[in-house]
Amino acid sequence: MHKVLATCLSVGVGLTGALAAGSAFANDELMKMSDNPKDWVMPAGNYANQRYSQLKQITADNVGKLQVAWTFSTGVLRGHEGGPLIIGNMMYVHTPVPNKVYALDLSKENQIVWKYEPKQDPNVIPVMCCDTVNRGVAYGDGKIFLHQADTTLVALDAKTGKVEWTVKNGDPGKGGTGTSAPLVVKDKVLIGISGGEFGVQCHVTAYDIKSGKQVWRAFSEGPDDQILVDPEKTTELGKPIGKDSSIKTWQGDQWKIGGGCTWGWMSYDPALNLVYYGSGNPSTWNPKQRPGDNKWSMTIFARNPDNGQARWVYQMTPHDEWDYDGVNEMILSDQQMGGAARKLLTHFDRNGLGYTLDRATGELLVAEKYDPKVNWTSGVDMNKSSPTYGRPKVLDAASTEKGGEDHNTKGICPAALGTKDEQPAAYSPDTKLFYVPTNHVCMDYEPFKVSYTAGQPYVGATLSMYPPPGESNMGNFIAWDNTTGKIVWSNKEQFSVWSGALATAGGVVFYGTLEGYLKAVDAKTGKELYKFKTPSGIIGNVTTYEQGGKQYIAILSGVGGWAGIGLAAGLTDPTAGLGAVGGYAALSNYTALGGTLTVFALPQ
Amino acid sequence: MLLQKFLTLAAAMIVVASGGIAVAEGPGDPAAVKSEDGKNFDKDGNPTYKIAADGTVDWYTYSGYRRYHSECHVCHGPDGEGSTYAPALKDSVKSMSYGDFLGVVASGRKNVTTSQENVMPAFGDNPNVACYMDDIYIYLRARANDAVGRVRPAKKEDKPAEYQKAEDACMGKR
Repeated sequence: MHKVLATCLSVGVGLTGALAAGSAFANDELMKMSDNPKDWVMPAGNYANQRYSQLKQITADNVGKLQVAWTFSTGVLRGHEGGPLIIGNMMYVHTPVPNKVYALDLSKENQIVWKYEPKQDPNVIPVMCCDTVNRGVAYGDGKIFLHQADTTLVALDAKTGKVEWTVKNGDPGKGGTGTSAPLVVKDKVLIGISGGEFGVQCHVTAYDIKSGKQVWRAFSEGPDDQILVDPEKTTELGKPIGKDSSIKTWQGDQWKIGGGCTWGWMSYDPALNLVYYGSGNPSTWNPKQRPGDNKWSMTIFARNPDNGQARWVYQMTPHDEWDYDGVNEMILSDQQMGGAARKLLTHFDRNGLGYTLDRATGELLVAEKYDPKVNWTSGVDMNKSSPTYGRPKVLDAASTEKGGEDHNTKGICPAALGTKDEQPAAYSPDTKLFYVPTNHVCMDYEPFKVSYTAGQPYVGATLSMYPPPGESNMGNFIAWDNTTGKIVWSNKEQFSVWSGALATAGGVVFYGTLEGYLKAVDAKTGKELYKFKTPSGIIGNVTTYEQGGKQYIAILSGVGGWAGIGLAAGLTDPTAGLGAVGGYAALSNYTALGGTLTVFALPQ
Repeated sequence: MLLQKFLTLAAAMIVVASGGIAVAEGPGDPAAVKSEDGKNFDKDGNPTYKIAADGTVDWYTYSGYRRYHSECHVCHGPDGEGSTYAPALKDSVKSMSYGDFLGVVASGRKNVTTSQENVMPAFGDNPNVACYMDDIYIYLRARANDAVGRVRPAKKEDKPAEYQKAEDACMGKR
């Protein structure tokens, strides 16, 4: 293992050297393409993960007239996360397992040009912790990249769907699975892995875009040569992390089954040459069983895409006690803050805190609650001279570590699904606001001892979830100011908002709801301007594109994912007998399974 | 040891029940007629729950609640109610014998068709499940009969000493 890694590293360095002489990288093409608002060339719209479009045919004034232009059934029933890519007259639509990809020709009435459907061992299905979702495909170098459930990364010819190469990124026999979308950077395809509930030692891996050969692999926890850090040069909050920064925060060999999975959205800053992503929960969910800070789970990583080396890290939730995965997207923006122009990174963590950092240095600028009900912490220590600088202060009442094994700690907000899960937020450079789909759910959490068996769930906690006391809504859609750490406006939603948002130059923000509504709201005020009920609940992300002079809005519906598992039957009512009210409503009374792409436009 | 016993039992049940899982045959009257070391059995000798008049649940029902909400709920939803991903087990146990239940949990099952792929893994080798199959069954049986609600049981009997011994042996503790 170590030898293989070392070989790969030297190959990686060699390749970088050879290609540095100015050969055209895939991302030069991608950057040019993502500047063209008619296309939607990567899952998050651009490398900055802003989910913002310059298209403005659809405006706050006319969005009320929106109509369904066309629909497309994916033929798959499971939860549909992510959204399509649009490149020229082609649209690429992906599905959950069996992980189909359809290429549609938008100039020919959306005719299917090719379809890809892999054969996968169905035994991968039950090791996908929370439904068989997939968050989408990536484009680069004339190829479409898909990370299948069985962790096969496949490169398809974008014109024909022909398989150009495949590579196996993990071992489903040990619980490693593929759910996230790849990111193409320079001459590489970057991809993470899922399996935090199965004790996988998770990683991000870069593959050569032409051949699929592994170039580097960076684990979230382990010895320095596995996590690709330089003890002197890699920093956390401005200070070098030192030798063995990860393994000294785990008991014995526990890091080998430590989780820290990498299934979120990645972003990239070409000027700084850094990719950004977060790592997930440490395995198991029983904190008593894994003493220490469990680095670098729950961490924001900034890595050099050429060789994987980490420039800086920041662990948001040391020694997780609640399953607050740190995988949510990192949104990059250049903004004025404190009178200076700053290169910012904004991140809405599962733990309920909205973080703003300097993305060049990893300096922590803002860490504030983006749901006022968050109660596990009194906040992050922002005093630079304090020994606990950058750490959240954990309140005893919500500490499942303090409560201990076999003790049910009650009333923790947010629940394990976080104030926000993978559903990505959007940023509008026009309003300088972030539009954040959120969950408004609390929980009881009881950790207990579990034993590890390869390929078997490794959870170790009993949960029950419910809306915050006195509230009847399980979600909010909010606008957030990342420079002050304040909510600007907040719209209540009956269910958790589990759909990726879209902001547009037309002053309209779009998102979907679990009942199945595609909604349009005013970017400035949050006022609802339009809604339409699609065939199933929405956990997909809203996309926009232009074709034949017309702006379209596209959304995948198809309820499922963790939202579908947790909410289908309604939340557990801790005061059962007092009568189930709105907050406990069963999602199954509102929507049923089935994947459909619905595309909207203004009338002729 | 307990694990071994479970697995042997489960394996035996699969042989007996092979091909018969689709036949709907529930476990019948859940009334407890016998108790052994805090574990209750119905008239057919199948494990069952016992809820006292003041709502106190037997240890197995409580333990089953906990184990279900650790190992099962991530697919089958809270309280045995089902999800968009997997069926409601509080209903499944109504039309399934105790033996079939053990067989499916130990060996898994596959319903793979052209339109749906539903797969349940085999938990026979997973002590977190295998050591607690009876607990989970008893909890789900109580849910099936609405003997416990969608709520954490508020009052429970103490963990029986014999249970602790068997649990330690099964989970490999000393």
